[in-house]
Amino acid sequence: MPVTLRLKRPPIVPLEAEFLSPDVLATLSHAEISAMIVHHGKRRLPLSEFFDVEGERSEDLVLHGELHKLRWVGRGMRRGSITVHGTIGMHLGAYMRGGRIDVHGNAGDWIGAEMKDGTIRIRGNAGGQIGAAYRGAMSGMRNGLIMIDGSAGLEVGMRMRRGTIVVGGPTRDFTGLQMKGGTILLRSGAEIRTGAWMQRGTIISLKPLQMMPTFTYSTTTTPGFLPLLSRHLAPHGITLPTGPYQLYRGDRAVPGKGEILVLA
Amino acid sequence: MIRITGGKIYDPAQGIDGQVRDLCIDDTGKIVETVSGGRIIDATGMVIFPGGVDVHTHVAGGAINFARAMTPEDHRRTQAFIRTKTRRSGLGGMAPTTFATGYLYAGMGFTTVNEAAVPVLSARHTHEELADIPIIDKASLTLMANNEILLEQLEQGEYERAKQVLSWYLWAAKSYGVKAVNPGGVKAWKYGHDAKALDTPIDGYHRLTPGQIVTNLARICDDLGLPHPVHLHCNNLGAPGNITTTLDTLARLEGHRAHIAHSQYHAYGGDGWDTMCSETTVLAEYFNSHPNLTTDAGVVLFGDTVTITADGPWQHLLYKLTGRKWGNLDVENETGCGIVPYTYRPSNVVNAVQWAAGLELLLMIRDPWQVFLSTDHPNGGCFWRYPEIIQMLMSAEFRRECLKKLPDRVKSRIKLPELDREYTLLEIATAMSAGPARALGLTHKGHLGVGADADVVVYEEQVDIQQMFSHPRYVIKAGEVVLEDGDIREAPQGKEFLVRPAMDPATNDFIRPLFEDCYTMKFEHYPVELERIEHPDLRDCQPPATS
Repeated sequence: MPVTLRLKRPPIVPLEAEFLSPDVLATLSHAEISAMIVHHGKRRLPLSEFFDVEGERSEDLVLHGELHKLRWVGRGMRRGSITVHGTIGMHLGAYMRGGRIDVHGNAGDWIGAEMKDGTIRIRGNAGGQIGAAYRGAMSGMRNGLIMIDGSAGLEVGMRMRRGTIVVGGPTRDFTGLQMKGGTILLRSGAEIRTGAWMQRGTIISLKPLQMMPTFTYSTTTTPGFLPLLSRHLAPHGITLPTGPYQLYRGDRAVPGKGEILVLA
Repeated sequence: MIRITGGKIYDPAQGIDGQVRDLCIDDTGKIVETVSGGRIIDATGMVIFPGGVDVHTHVAGGAINFARAMTPEDHRRTQAFIRTKTRRSGLGGMAPTTFATGYLYAGMGFTTVNEAAVPVLSARHTHEELADIPIIDKASLTLMANNEILLEQLEQGEYERAKQVLSWYLWAAKSYGVKAVNPGGVKAWKYGHDAKALDTPIDGYHRLTPGQIVTNLARICDDLGLPHPVHLHCNNLGAPGNITTTLDTLARLEGHRAHIAHSQYHAYGGDGWDTMCSETTVLAEYFNSHPNLTTDAGVVLFGDTVTITADGPWQHLLYKLTGRKWGNLDVENETGCGIVPYTYRPSNVVNAVQWAAGLELLLMIRDPWQVFLSTDHPNGGCFWRYPEIIQMLMSAEFRRECLKKLPDRVKSRIKLPELDREYTLLEIATAMSAGPARALGLTHKGHLGVGADADVVVYEEQVDIQQMFSHPRYVIKAGEVVLEDGDIREAPQGKEFLVRPAMDPATNDFIRPLFEDCYTMKFEHYPVELERIEHPDLRDCQPPATS
């Protein structure tokens, strides 16, 4: 039986609960989970102040409610699953190293920031800085898979080094900013400055993009790796046209060796 | 009053090498012959050192603050100091915050540090930050080798005037001595250039060369009788083949006293990054034959750090080499500053040579009174990693283990595999306390003789040297037990050492129009008021007697 938390008192200010991770909950009794301290703004309160708690000692966590003020859920998790029925706040799955997070609703900024492995799926929209590096850090996500069914905000995949991000809806500015590796699949395109300062990595767009002048058109091609990527994403119900694609190289301002593929 | 009994005392200044004696401390915080009553600390099975003295570090001021701001990623992963009854909050890491700096230094037995690079323009801020560093005593050095008003006097051959100007600046900055960073090079950097040759006139001057700056600053420091000689960061830092420049610089000292900062960064051979090698044998031999010189090794330790230096052109080169973040400051007419986060890796041949070169200097300069422990914090590594260096100095076997992690192609470029010397505890006490105190001219520090400041550190003797020096059992600062069993017990405010060299009163009127001609602030606002220094300790200058 999973540990289930149902919101009973919406927080007024951000509620920080980085212990809400399967690694931690797997060893805790019902009473211990209820007594865990969360930070409501600067106040330290027990979790039971905000949630009805069911279940204990489980690697599966289920959250119910409009939790857009709940932050840091699944931080650094290595195993198990988190399922959210409703919205969820910032930093979901930040630094995660394994396991699976499934959100049936919208999510905030910094989802999967600096994650090293695992899978995150957001069925609704998400904020910005998906899989990104925190300010000052050298690298964003280093592995894993993030899938956003809806739209996403600014700086998706900023400084990511490896891993895959798939966004179903449109993304805002600076997608793939300073990207160092990995793959971003944009099913509905992006706003401006896509791939700015990217060094390496691949951005695939199924819709036309407004290309920066520092990217150079190279060729129209059908890349050989796309069937592999398709096979990787197929279990999640995501399909990918095999091409042809227009290949752009850049960002020459760095100078970088990244590639942007736009479906022809 | 405190009496420490049963401990083995290591006091190089008095030639005491592990003898079991009582050590007595009176209520004024001084070492005395004997005390009656008071606390008795049983130090049986422990060793007693004078409190550590760091001759070259960067712990306060605009540059380290810039480094703190530039490395938020380090703040997220670093050791946090949580506020307690005796401790304020802070962060450790690559560039620890002010309170944490005091706790971390005291936490490994260091009680005095020397902030080695302060522009006069940011001296006020630096003193405010130094005042915020608890427990330890502090001194600071003023950057003078690129100061335009001073250089102008040297350009015109006005030695006496230059001496007065420098004296005025030292008092204006409320500092303890003179730091020369890349003489003329930082000035040239304002034109986008550097100064790598000692005999080529500096950009913006017709005659003045870096070599002349070195000679004159060393002479001025001696003529003013400053307790600490010129503290010299040579030209051409970090570049392959820079040993030539370094030896040339040392020759320009013409017999004057000098302290050579982080000499590891100035001891490279080769003619490019591909051929860079250690040339520490030559440099160590120079020190061995010139007792007027001291140096701190500037050891590099593998891992993350952030490099900060007034050597702006070098930092730009480092930024270009690494592609990482770069900060650059121009300090009006005085100096500059660059900041670049950096990771030293054993797999990187250049880094491996640097790592070996620092240790080689510590091992090949025979007199431990001439070469001191330092990492040029935070440039070569963080100061709280000094116990790692001590372990490498005391155990040749441990060094050999470390050498196994280096790429094979490094081995032919370094001398470290051939060195079997192991430091004794007395030599460690010399390199971390007695030597630096003497080099700084702090006669009341670095020893445990009667009348000395009661800065004492008590270590439990252990096989694990790193553990032993990382966690002292007791640290006593000015007669107060500040650390016991790993806990900060008290956090008193330390002193700040200053000098007031002799100066012609007319110098003020001489500098005013020059200052008002080129600075962006009012002359009256420029000098730091003595009242701003919370616990000033004015040290004597002893100029040579005139014949």
